[in-house]
Amino acid sequence: MVSRGVFYFVTAILFVAGILLMVYQHLTFEVPFLPGQARTLWSVEAKIEFRPSGDGPVAVNFAMPAVQPGLLQVRQDTSSLGYGVDYLTRHGSNYVEWTKRSVSGEQVLYYRADFLIDEDSSSSSMRIPPLSENAEPEPYGTAIAELADKAGSRSADPFSFTAQIIKELRNSKDSESISLLLKQYSRSGIIVRALRAAGIQAREIGIVTLENGRRNRQLESRVAVFSGPRYQIFNPEDGTSGMRENQLIWTDNGNPLLNLTGGKAARVSFSMLRHRISAIEAGKLKAGVDKAAGGEMVSLSIEALPVEEQSMFKNILLLTVGVLIVVFLRIIVGVKTSGTFMPVLIAMAFLQTNLVVGLIGFVAIVGVGLVVRSWLSHLNLLLVARISAVIIVVIGIIGSLSVLSYKFGLTEGLKVAFFPMIILSWTIERMSILWEEEGYHEVLKQGGGSLFVAVCAYLAMSSGIVQHLTFNFIGIQFIILSLVMIMGNYTGFRLTELKRFKPLASQIRKYPNGDQQVQESERLRGELKELHGDPHNVYRKWKHQAQDELKKAKGADAGGKED
Amino acid sequence: MLHFGKPAFLKRYANPLEMGRDGIMGMNQRNINYISRYNRRSLYPLVDNKLKTKGIAVSHHVNTPKLIGSVQDQHDIQNVLDIIGDHSEFCIKPAQGSGGKGILVIKDRNAQNGHFIKSSGEEINNHDLRRHLTNILAGLFSLGGRQDIALIEELIHFDNVFSGFSYDGVPDTRVIVFQGFPVMCMMRLSTLASDGKANLHQGAVGVGICVRTGRAVRAVQFNQPIEFHPDTDRRLSELTVPHWRQVLELAASCYEMSGLGYIGTDIVLDRDKGPMLLELNARPGLAIQICNNAGLLPRLRLIEGLTKRQRLTVPERVEFSMEHFGVWNQS
Repeated sequence: MVSRGVFYFVTAILFVAGILLMVYQHLTFEVPFLPGQARTLWSVEAKIEFRPSGDGPVAVNFAMPAVQPGLLQVRQDTSSLGYGVDYLTRHGSNYVEWTKRSVSGEQVLYYRADFLIDEDSSSSSMRIPPLSENAEPEPYGTAIAELADKAGSRSADPFSFTAQIIKELRNSKDSESISLLLKQYSRSGIIVRALRAAGIQAREIGIVTLENGRRNRQLESRVAVFSGPRYQIFNPEDGTSGMRENQLIWTDNGNPLLNLTGGKAARVSFSMLRHRISAIEAGKLKAGVDKAAGGEMVSLSIEALPVEEQSMFKNILLLTVGVLIVVFLRIIVGVKTSGTFMPVLIAMAFLQTNLVVGLIGFVAIVGVGLVVRSWLSHLNLLLVARISAVIIVVIGIIGSLSVLSYKFGLTEGLKVAFFPMIILSWTIERMSILWEEEGYHEVLKQGGGSLFVAVCAYLAMSSGIVQHLTFNFIGIQFIILSLVMIMGNYTGFRLTELKRFKPLASQIRKYPNGDQQVQESERLRGELKELHGDPHNVYRKWKHQAQDELKKAKGADAGGKED
Repeated sequence: MLHFGKPAFLKRYANPLEMGRDGIMGMNQRNINYISRYNRRSLYPLVDNKLKTKGIAVSHHVNTPKLIGSVQDQHDIQNVLDIIGDHSEFCIKPAQGSGGKGILVIKDRNAQNGHFIKSSGEEINNHDLRRHLTNILAGLFSLGGRQDIALIEELIHFDNVFSGFSYDGVPDTRVIVFQGFPVMCMMRLSTLASDGKANLHQGAVGVGICVRTGRAVRAVQFNQPIEFHPDTDRRLSELTVPHWRQVLELAASCYEMSGLGYIGTDIVLDRDKGPMLLELNARPGLAIQICNNAGLLPRLRLIEGLTKRQRLTVPERVEFSMEHFGVWNQS
């Protein structure tokens, strides 16, 4: 016998391992502990239209969206008939390149990317731009320097400096130098140049504002201002800083959005759509990104299996929950069932049919089966032949139930075919023997008990939370195993025993037995205490007492015989 | 103890703490701490098969009904008359039967046509006898319908001290033997309600028997104490098992014989040959506690506390049990 210590140690290890596995999966794959948590996924589609400038080859370089905190790109694809597609990196920026030998007519290319709103995503492809020394041509250089001077005197750091420049641009629209600049450069272009003139690193970036169901949106211009490792993004129009949650940075390295050779009249527009996806799906998408990035992770989820095997495996994993319910109901509650795990298999069948159809089907099959079996028992068949006959009869019942219910237009009835026929046959056999041996009371008791356990197991297995946990956390299996082991060690009373022994428990103190003066349990406890106190001498005392009594009894016997 | 505000449905349930204090043993406790700890699995076939039980009983000189012969194969059935020989009274039973099913008692033979006379007085011929044997071999009476063996035993001549205490048949004495110590005893008396069967939950009367004296402690039917047998109206407190020390010594010697630490022994009293072992049970039930109005655990624990219990002889163990587990002072 394994010592208790080892047993509890192993059980504890199993339990803790299960918990740790669940936490691991929760943290790495962000599988939520409860089902139904939704995440937001944005699908952004860029549509590139252009006309070829001749018959020659066409190359389209389209900047791919930037990596940014808060939004994780989980998927991308392109749609372009007859074009060769390539993803490439140039000057630190990623591009998708479409190429075609010869084109004619209006061309439309699509690039689609999916983004997950993700608080944990913190990486960024934004790099600090180098400070260029080349001066702006006159008279713009002077105008920019003037602007920078003005703002510089009223600011403390790069960010307040930027705010001042934007304010200046807005307030002094009528100023000669500013209108001159606005004619030459875009607003953000002026800001970046002014910042550079003041020795501040800055760059123009393009963002897409995400609004559900919008089409035909253009890239908006923003200015990123750097101060040491930090940066802030400013809206050149109104001077507001920071990014809103629904803004997606597309170009972040001052790179052009589109580079077209062999075409003209190019136009890029964005359309976007918001999806709500389950947290599990989101976790899968994220894990897919990590995997593509070379991160080796053990999924530990049945999602790693082919889809077809998944559904089968899901049922197998659910089985352990049913087993746990059976162990609990039999050991702790004390429900009597016919066949230990038959109720779990019945519950599995209920999952396929549904509770009402399942219950009706079960009672019908077992009822008819019992009638047929009672007739078979008159034939005095051998066991194997008898069971086989019952199996065939069960198949017949299931077949006729299916056909009948189909004829009556009840398609639900077709699902009785999911019942485990061999198990049902054994159930019928066992119940029939029980009927003969113990009477119908016991059959009703055990049959009812089995159905009760089956319904409990069904309710547990069909619960969304239970399914979610078993499908997604392999760790739950370890926890269930440890719970089953702990229950297997339970020496306390079953719930039904509290009822069974109620008369005894209430009588045991009420009625003294025979000539007993003290409660027997108390007297014997006292004697055991005495024995534990001095095992050797008490044992000897009792032994001698017994030997003396034995002699006396023998003597009395002998004396009696002599008389 | 506060009883106010206790919901009505709770009154149907006993308090498990109180039950624990009184030493009542539950099913889980029995299975884990007694059966699986003290009964080796490999020894189970010895008690589940009456032929094997009889074999070890004979080799250990434990008194049991004498085996006339056994029928193991279908073709042996043809020779059954040779096996029976000139025995005019005998009993045929399945080796793995349960609940007294499939037992055929032949009391006499018709001298003219050689027919067998059943205990009910009905006559059956050779053909009927063979068919009964076929049914036994096919497993009609054994648990789960397994193939079985038929035993042909000498008939027990029941001591008529028990007449009137049972509605049908003659009761046997169940003694729980733990580590060779008789721990608790009872008799199950069939009633009309139990259909002549000795199953307590079907309405048989259970009588707790005092370990010291063999006298009835109390009698219960459907868990409630009763005074008179419901069918024969005999006062149940008058029930006393004779040859009590012999009965207990026979039961206690089953420990050495079977090697099982926790067993139920069923013992019958033969008018001429005294106590005889009928069968052993490796998973004795717990209803014996209700019949005796006492929990098993304090008695079992006292024996577990005797670390040198293995050195005691059978009569010493019986005397110890009588000393410590008795209820009546005198018989």
